Amino acid sequence: MARIKEKAYEWIFTALAFSSLIFLVGIIIVLFKEGFPIFKAVKAGDFLFGRSWYPTYEPPEFGIFPLVLASFWVTLGALFVCVPLGVGSALYLHEMASFRQRSVLKPMVEILASIPSVVYGFFGMMIVAPVLQDLLHIPTGLCAFSASLVLGIMATPTVCSIAEDALSYVPKSFREASFAVGANRWQTLTKVVIPAAGSGISTAIILGMSRAVGETMTVLMVAGGAAVIPKSIFDPVRPMTSAIAAEMGEAPMGSMHYHSLFAIALILFLITFAFNIAAELISRRFRIKLGHSG
Amino acid sequence: MKKLELLRAAVSAAACLLVAAGTVCAAEKVVVEGSTTVLPIAQKTAEVFMGNNGDIDISVRGGGSGVGIASLLDGSCDIADSSRAMKDTEYEKAAAKKKDPKSYVVAMDGIAIVVNNSNNITALAKKQVKDIYTGAISDWSAVGGPAGKIVVVSRDSSSGTYEAFGELVLKGEKVRPDALMQASNQAIASIVAKTPGGIGYVGLGYITDSVKALEIDGVMPNKETVLSGKYPVSRPLFMYTNGSAKGAVKKYIDFVTGPEGQRIVDEEGFVALE
Repeated sequence: MARIKEKAYEWIFTALAFSSLIFLVGIIIVLFKEGFPIFKAVKAGDFLFGRSWYPTYEPPEFGIFPLVLASFWVTLGALFVCVPLGVGSALYLHEMASFRQRSVLKPMVEILASIPSVVYGFFGMMIVAPVLQDLLHIPTGLCAFSASLVLGIMATPTVCSIAEDALSYVPKSFREASFAVGANRWQTLTKVVIPAAGSGISTAIILGMSRAVGETMTVLMVAGGAAVIPKSIFDPVRPMTSAIAAEMGEAPMGSMHYHSLFAIALILFLITFAFNIAAELISRRFRIKLGHSG
Repeated sequence: MKKLELLRAAVSAAACLLVAAGTVCAAEKVVVEGSTTVLPIAQKTAEVFMGNNGDIDISVRGGGSGVGIASLLDGSCDIADSSRAMKDTEYEKAAAKKKDPKSYVVAMDGIAIVVNNSNNITALAKKQVKDIYTGAISDWSAVGGPAGKIVVVSRDSSSGTYEAFGELVLKGEKVRPDALMQASNQAIASIVAKTPGGIGYVGLGYITDSVKALEIDGVMPNKETVLSGKYPVSRPLFMYTNGSAKGAVKKYIDFVTGPEGQRIVDEEGFVALE
């Protein structure tokens, strides 16, 4: 009886462990199945590099280049915010903060990560955009710049906590060796600790990027939503995620518009997939490197 | 004891299901299909109507005005929702199939053009609105306002309001690609309220003190001018039936055009008849 029970538990937990694999495979299959029909109507090149996105006109135009560029711009902008902020605060937390400061700051960063994205979006729409609009005298504050700013703040905790982990993995012996040969604190930090944690910090940045490129609600609310190739960072843009979220609800099922949205989702999935693989590869290299020398 | 109770509950639940299935099978079925603009009216009225009349089962589908009318002529639906009058070609098809479609106006749809309160412009011609939205005009000075970039705000391309605006004002031309596309009437109103150079369009129900509705071709948008058809960015919404409505179909259409149905029309952001 006990043996059977044990076997049953084993099976249940095996099934649970494999369920995420099943979900992943299911999602991939659906994305391919629903996304591919668009390429019967539009050539892949025209889809990816077409400059007009007019999916509901007669005849419809399915060029997602403005959407891809918008995602790219907004993510790049977010990096300029989250890398200095995230890596900087990780360095401070790890190197300089007293125990008391750490015990306040660390939970704060984690709370920042747990705020729902719609709250960030609301904050961006009601406060950041109007303030930037007045401050910079731009026609509208709902633009790539505001979206980057808000996304950057959102991605900061991801970058910060992973980068901090990476710093704490650097063996104490590295630091001691550096001090022993007469390096001061700054030299130890820039010449020894940061290079040793470098790949971990890169992983942090890539995962932050992955977070920014896939974020939907915030960009839907803050980026403006114009499917135009941006000429400046103060132009309104329509990232891929917000196009899917805004249009899927009313695209008739099985229409080319519906399939085109799935194809966008597929491309987005491939991008984040590539980011995650890159992050995994880099962090693997980093573990091996530290293992050998530590 | 517990088991017995459970069994009793199960039996009574099964009995309920049987009874329910019986009534559904016996129910008269009405299929409504067509315009996505009319869809919210049809859905909400159908829900309330079925709540009052358990013996009539109404199923509502979107698909677009053209699809609805085609289905009506094929006999695959009983009521076609349409945001436009039937075309001559459709009447010819109906005649060929020996059908005699009858139209019922169920609501009026009006779209107000709104600008920021700080804007000194109070009126525009419909042609100027079109030029602003298609990109021919990009600066307020071109329509008599202070120099400054026009921030064009539009609904997402899949919304019914967008479709109506496209037909009534743009005449099928494309909205300029740099327009800010927003997911709701509310979002448009709040952006225009915060953007000095903004222009947007919203359903009549969304005009508030925080934005300024413009006179179009000399007519202010309000319930009276939309009802009389004087306001140029307005249109009637139809339900078409094959021949005069009778039986369950008539009962439903009477409900939609009656006081309770018109209250729903009003709640959904359209203009009720009278």
